[in-house]
Amino acid sequence: MTDTSLPATRETIRRVREDPYRLGHRDHHAGEPVEGTGQGTTGPASKRIIVGYGFWIFLLSDIVMFACFFAAFAVQRNATAGGPGMRDLVEMPRVALETGALLLSSYTCGLSFAATNARNLFWTQTFLLITGLLGLAFVGMELQEFIELASHGMIPQRSGFLTSFYGLVGLHGLHVTIAGLWLLTMMAQVQVKGFRPEIVHRLICFNLFWHALDIVWIGIFTIVYLMGAVI
Amino acid sequence: MSELEFDPHRYTGALDDREDHAPGDEPAEDAGHWIANSNLGLGFSVILTAGAFVLANTNLIYGPSIPIALLVLAVAQMGVHLVFFLHITTGPDNTNNVLALAFGILVVFLIVAGSVWIMNHLNANMMPMDQMIEMQR
Repeated sequence: MTDTSLPATRETIRRVREDPYRLGHRDHHAGEPVEGTGQGTTGPASKRIIVGYGFWIFLLSDIVMFACFFAAFAVQRNATAGGPGMRDLVEMPRVALETGALLLSSYTCGLSFAATNARNLFWTQTFLLITGLLGLAFVGMELQEFIELASHGMIPQRSGFLTSFYGLVGLHGLHVTIAGLWLLTMMAQVQVKGFRPEIVHRLICFNLFWHALDIVWIGIFTIVYLMGAVI
Repeated sequence: MSELEFDPHRYTGALDDREDHAPGDEPAEDAGHWIANSNLGLGFSVILTAGAFVLANTNLIYGPSIPIALLVLAVAQMGVHLVFFLHITTGPDNTNNVLALAFGILVVFLIVAGSVWIMNHLNANMMPMDQMIEMQR
């Protein structure tokens, strides 16, 4: 025998075969089905990856739509027609609270997905509920802001700037509202149907949607509110 | 030949149960991995968000540089969200996602930068409003 390499255990060989790229996304217990990646030598992609990819394409198209509203806002920023500008609109404490609520909801949404992966019904539902309540608080604060602005005469018809402001922020608020309705139907589906594969796939998509909305909000609170208060 | 060498076409019998794999399989994933990711994501996000609010509301840094600093913090936080919440990784199961993301960023850049660029030039070259009204008489 000329083979002087270290003796490899059967377990090690199995691990290397199953996870040659060392993604490390799963633990390596015996008898576990191997998830393909659709790339390299690991076989066709699993449905879970394909569903996520398809929804990711939708999310990117949604973000392109938001980019159009951002562009409109950037162009109309100074078109105030002698009316109020961004400085007169910003109320820092409220923006900070809105941001905190949405960021925390993103966190609880991630935790609910961890519970989903552990197939734990109670914690999945609990964290989904907290996520929904935080989303509700966010939408409530935004509506309150819009009502207050409108009561001071700052309505979308006042100037090009206000039109683009209400368009961009309102579009995001509408997305959060619809995502909240989706969240309620997901909680009902999980409760009635349990963690069937298609339900888990829908939960993956919902998670992606909620986190994408938080990414859009990062753009809004930075470019619209914080920079509006500074420049 | 070392036993560790990877050959996908070799029949490995009991060592490898890939042959029983069907589309739609749901391998049990470690919940701890997701919780750790969420914790890290929240930690980084809180730091970056708090930093943005502090910079915007104080005179901590040179005034005219604040917008750029805010943009940098926003891009960093978007990156944190992509990695820790949306789980965009460099792994082979994410190649398509990363390529789609790159294309999405290109389109977003073209729309925003293009609009701002063109509209600013139009605005600068536009006749002042009083002259415009004068001409229409």
